[in-house]
Amino acid sequence: MSVRPVTVRYAGYALALIAALILPHIIYPVLALNIIVWGLFAVAVDLLLGFSGLLSFGHAAFWGSAAYAAGIAATRGGVSFPVAVLIGTLVAILLAIPIGYLSIRRQGIYFAMVTLAFAQMIYFVINQWRSVTGGENGIQGIPRTLLGLDLSSATTFYYAALPLALIGYVFAFRVVHSPFGHVLVAIRDNETRARALGYPTHRYKLIGFVISASLAGLGGSIYALGQRLADLEYARWTTSGLAVIMTILGGVGTLWGGVIGAVVVLLLRDWLTTRPELFGVATGGVFAVIVLGFRRGILGTALHWYRSGRPDAPIRRRGLAAARPDPTTVPRVKPEKGGR
Amino acid sequence: MGLLAVHGLTKEFRGFHAVHNVDLSVEEGTIHALVGPNGAGKTTLFNMLTGFIKPTAGRIVFDGEDVTKLPPEQIARRKMARSFQITSLFDQLTVLEHVVLALQAETHLGYRFWQSEKMLGRFRERALEILAQVGLAEIAERHVVSIPYGQKRALEMALVLALEPRLLLLDEPTAGMSLDDVGRIIALIRQVRAGRTVVLVEHNMGVVSELADRVTVLQRGGVLAEGTYGEVRDDPRVIDAYLGQTHA
Ligand SMILES: Nc1ncnc2c1ncn2[C@@H]1O[C@H](COP(=O)(O)OP(=O)(O)OP(=O)(O)O)[C@@H](O)[C@H]1O
Ligand SMILES: [Mg+2]
Repeated sequence: MSVRPVTVRYAGYALALIAALILPHIIYPVLALNIIVWGLFAVAVDLLLGFSGLLSFGHAAFWGSAAYAAGIAATRGGVSFPVAVLIGTLVAILLAIPIGYLSIRRQGIYFAMVTLAFAQMIYFVINQWRSVTGGENGIQGIPRTLLGLDLSSATTFYYAALPLALIGYVFAFRVVHSPFGHVLVAIRDNETRARALGYPTHRYKLIGFVISASLAGLGGSIYALGQRLADLEYARWTTSGLAVIMTILGGVGTLWGGVIGAVVVLLLRDWLTTRPELFGVATGGVFAVIVLGFRRGILGTALHWYRSGRPDAPIRRRGLAAARPDPTTVPRVKPEKGGR
Repeated sequence: MGLLAVHGLTKEFRGFHAVHNVDLSVEEGTIHALVGPNGAGKTTLFNMLTGFIKPTAGRIVFDGEDVTKLPPEQIARRKMARSFQITSLFDQLTVLEHVVLALQAETHLGYRFWQSEKMLGRFRERALEILAQVGLAEIAERHVVSIPYGQKRALEMALVLALEPRLLLLDEPTAGMSLDDVGRIIALIRQVRAGRTVVLVEHNMGVVSELADRVTVLQRGGVLAEGTYGEVRDDPRVIDAYLGQTHA
């Protein structure tokens, strides 16, 4: 019992890396890549929801517009796939700056509604701008090239794209465990106090928003190249919703939980591929069970069990899931009023 | 002219004047107490001074600069720092992390999303000093949700001190404290006043008499009286105001 928690954590990362490396040999490679990029998408959503307390219901705007930008760059511009991914990510960032600027002044459900509204506008633009986006047809047969290498095989492309996705994951980790991440969590917990200490909280939230959007854009760009398709569906509100569902399934505030959420949802979708009408019901069922039975989500619950089994383990409380004390185990502390 | 000068400050909440045409001048280096019955407008005045509420009318001048329209974070950066009447902390942070967050505020390190949190270690030593000053060094690693009320109030003070303010605005720092804790806060304010200016909202007249160089009495949003503690204590209008409150 003398294994240090840090060791456990690094063992976890090593296992995850090994899993990522052998994944295309366990499930078919297109599905494997989908899990990697949707996982990144969900991590992006959690960066905002779990660490800034902002539930975006419009992240499909960044995922979708990046997918189109990457697809167009590769198809029309003939650029190599990493450049296409970079362009897609940059487009997501450029869109996130004004959208974030106008959204972060709202809170809670209003923030969710404003982000949704902007995402619908982006969807509308993509749909109408046929000459560039192909309208309902989208961008099909997106080529993927790199220094004359043949990347047409899904397995080859998986290994070519994996490093780019991993950069996204490492970046998310870095952001959460940075001085910036500390301030973000403090703002989430008590924005008034953070301002009284001298933090321009809107600016911090905007940076957090743009970082989150950049990760969604990175995921969306790779997704489009993996599918060789940029489709209107990518920018639809249901896509935002799916990412949120993955995040909540995995556990809000766990950062990596969304990857597990992505595994569950995508395996379910793959399994029901011949009965697509059942996918919604099945996802909804799993979602209901998790939310009602394990409100911390899959990873959140697992981490909680692990920690409560080891009370001496230092608790990393950056995220929301770890943050909320369980009302059943921690005596409620009454909020105090300043006495007179 | 004082370090802080307030001219005709007014705040109207839907027709109700919480603060009405208040003039106030706080001299550098003094402890200036702000007293008055419940609802007199003391906290509202603080909220305007620190930018959390926009005044309906009037001007706030700090160190010669008009700060009336500045947002709270800008005011904090100009070294006017406030504490809160109702303890306002970060539930997920430890006591030490609170002070580190406050120390870090005036640097721009908070924007470094690409660097490791380990760099925050540089604030640790100074944070522990401040915690020792307010008597919280032993519980530096505890989470705030698990510490008693008196210690939360002390941490509230530590956060203000960490900002190295020129002007401290303390909203009832001894509210709800035990006698021992009140004594500790008085000693602390005495200790930190050197080179600083303090505006103190306080209901405990013992604290006011011990600390205040000057006292302003507010009532129903307006200034009722101003002077030394002795002067306002004997002012019949002030006695009336406080008696009126007990009858209410
Ligand atoms: N946001 C608001 N909207 C409407 N009325 C308000 C608001 N904030 C304060 N008030 C009212 O303004 C008056 C002054 O309140 P304030 O909190 O400033 O009093 P105070 O002097 O700090 O009192 P206490 O000693 O009880 O803390 C009160 O009548 C209060 O109800
Ligand atoms: Mg008050």
